[in-house]
Amino acid sequence: MKALLWLSAPVMLLAQINVPYERIRDAAKEPGNWLTYSRDYSGQRYSPLDQIDTGNVSKLRISWMHQANDLDAIETSPIVVDGTMFISAPPNMVEAIDAATGRTLWTYQKEIPRDLRLCCGRVNRGLAILGQTVYYASIDAHLIALDARTGAVRWDVTMADYKTGYSSTGAPLAVKDKIITGMAGGEFGVRGFIDAYDAKTGKRAWRFNTIPLKGEAGNDSWTGESWKTGSATSWVTGVFDPESNTVYWGTGNPGPDWNGDSRSGDNLYSDCLIALDADTGAKKWHFQYTPHDVNDWDSTQTPMLIEGLVQGQPRKMVVLANRNGFYYALDRTTGKFIAGKPYVKQTWASGLDEAGRPMRLPDSEPTVDGKLIWPSLAGGSNWYSSAYDAKTGNYYVNVKEMAGIYHKGEADYRPGAFFNGGGQHDYQGEEPYGAVRALDAATGQLRWEYKLHFPSHAGLMATAGGLVFGSNGSSFFALDAQKGDLLWRFEAGGIINANPISFMNAGKQYVVIAAGHALLVFALD
Amino acid sequence: MRAGYDMIAAAMKRVLLFAWFAIAAIAADTEPKVKLPSSRADIAIGEKLFQVHCARCHGPKGEGSRGPTLIRARLVHAPDDAALVAVIDEGIRGTEMPGAGAMSHHEILETAAFVRSLGKVPQQPVPGDPARGAEIYRTKGNCGACHSISGEGGVAGPDLTQIGEMRSPAYLRESIVDPQAAVPEGYVRLTVVPKAGSSVTGVRVNEDSFSIQVRDDSGRSYSFWKSDIDRVDKPKDKSPMPSFRGQLSDPEITDLVAYLASLKERK
Repeated sequence: MKALLWLSAPVMLLAQINVPYERIRDAAKEPGNWLTYSRDYSGQRYSPLDQIDTGNVSKLRISWMHQANDLDAIETSPIVVDGTMFISAPPNMVEAIDAATGRTLWTYQKEIPRDLRLCCGRVNRGLAILGQTVYYASIDAHLIALDARTGAVRWDVTMADYKTGYSSTGAPLAVKDKIITGMAGGEFGVRGFIDAYDAKTGKRAWRFNTIPLKGEAGNDSWTGESWKTGSATSWVTGVFDPESNTVYWGTGNPGPDWNGDSRSGDNLYSDCLIALDADTGAKKWHFQYTPHDVNDWDSTQTPMLIEGLVQGQPRKMVVLANRNGFYYALDRTTGKFIAGKPYVKQTWASGLDEAGRPMRLPDSEPTVDGKLIWPSLAGGSNWYSSAYDAKTGNYYVNVKEMAGIYHKGEADYRPGAFFNGGGQHDYQGEEPYGAVRALDAATGQLRWEYKLHFPSHAGLMATAGGLVFGSNGSSFFALDAQKGDLLWRFEAGGIINANPISFMNAGKQYVVIAAGHALLVFALD
Repeated sequence: MRAGYDMIAAAMKRVLLFAWFAIAAIAADTEPKVKLPSSRADIAIGEKLFQVHCARCHGPKGEGSRGPTLIRARLVHAPDDAALVAVIDEGIRGTEMPGAGAMSHHEILETAAFVRSLGKVPQQPVPGDPARGAEIYRTKGNCGACHSISGEGGVAGPDLTQIGEMRSPAYLRESIVDPQAAVPEGYVRLTVVPKAGSSVTGVRVNEDSFSIQVRDDSGRSYSFWKSDIDRVDKPKDKSPMPSFRGQLSDPEITDLVAYLASLKERK
């Protein structure tokens, strides 16, 4: 009898998954899907959905939850395609979920070596999809292709040797027929790269070394052999401009982090934004935010492609609120500096010069006894995404107002061991706080802020409903995008270190955030 | 329906396989042996690192302060060298001891070598009479009005059940004669003034951007939405504890410190 009832229930037929490159390129045509890390290639983390708006967001309620089979935090930014959601989740899993019911369709788990050395936990921040394949960069620095229908492994390639400190935590980026991915391990003296793999075969198509090899231009920005252990990782997802066929990808700190004595010079291409030809990996330009960084201010966070007016002239820009405390707008064709200014308190530079290079103040480097510097090691912002709303011209960023006491220590390189050269502890003399800030995207000028009791470590999403979704500690909330007023909040009961997304299914808009080891999916009553 | 059973069977198989792998992995896991450097030069570097990373809590010579003294042959959380390295590297969960993410593995070994060398320094006995101190705690000091030991006493001040394990005698003395200089990290006393209703004064239990929770001196907890609050007042004095300088004689304070220093294990 039960079986009869079950059979007579309406059947929800899930669409056959297929996401050719053109669908991602033309993501504007499918506002209900979330096809790549930041929804589209621009990195704006903006949802064109407007069913949930400033007038009804107070009625937002939990619709379903999904819990990881592990107590580690979920940090994924889900992909949603035609009613199916794909997530990465601890422990080292990829899952496909029916977006209507929250029920699991398949799971894949990677067996991970036990002797990994990681700076910051076994985290993963998302996936890529292309055609009928889901792509996952695992914590032991493999890139894995999974059948989107079943989770079966199509190919699995090793990007680098985890035993020497390499790992991977970011979502890959599917571009045309290639899967582009970064790597992590900046605290272990690795040598960074950005890779592209043939999406069908897993064969490596190109590699851009984020530290130039001996004889290449820029290698002389390192002294001696320091370039061999100079880090410059690429652990957060970049963006792509189809019009110019350019991939933009950020790089991390030089190693050792807090002791630059062995690596005099600018240490290219650490803390840079790099523009690469998507087909060949050839460098078009680079811009270095923090030359000779000694504060561990990675510049890996997802940059953003926007168009705006600068002194009355339309400009195509790439913008970023950098971990070093400055906001930057660059010309995305040439890489030239357009504008920049501090968006949080900073005490290490007197400003930016005409080319956008910071003018470091004397006595602003780590010392053996400790040097007090704003911002802290965690930066004015960090890996998590900012958001942009073209209607308001606002760049929304979750900021940290806090300082660190930076120590300089010894740096002895041993493969696979920490290679830090010091450290930092948070300064408690002034109580740290956080804020969501709306900046004029073309200039970095503050338009409004919503102050938070303590700094967050989570991303933002703007929506066509006039909302900015964000998180603070274990709270998930929505602000008015025009004014910054709080309109809705939810206590998630677990720390939020993730980016929100939104999708539409069967005529209903959903908003998603990972909190603790759970994924929470909200919709209107 | 058959497909459903197959899926359940497959899921169970996956769970069993996972459990097997987990057990096999645990069985295969052997704790690596740790050898601390022993040269005078290494220990000297370890002492320098200790000054930078550890002395703030454990005192410049490891004599203890906000953190416990390390001048003793046996460390509670680090009975062997591997455990000591792990404690320095990862911290101690549930305590104020953080991990030393800033140090290289070799630096951790050198620091551990210096800490071990402290165990050979003769430990100074704590002066005073703990039995007399216990009597002062109960009577003249009336400490139990605000503090509790093994579940007996007030809740306005920090629990003292294992205070001798956590703080040095010098720090305990300071907290008795100059309480404002020895307020535990995270201990914030305040008064919440709501838009309607009575004010509440107590210790902040939790706070985020949207709400605040406070426990008053009777142990009763209150929770407020920030939108319902007029203001939060923080008194000039961080600690409500009065100074006992002049209230207790110097020998009495010495006895009281001896008693508190003896409180090391939960009964």
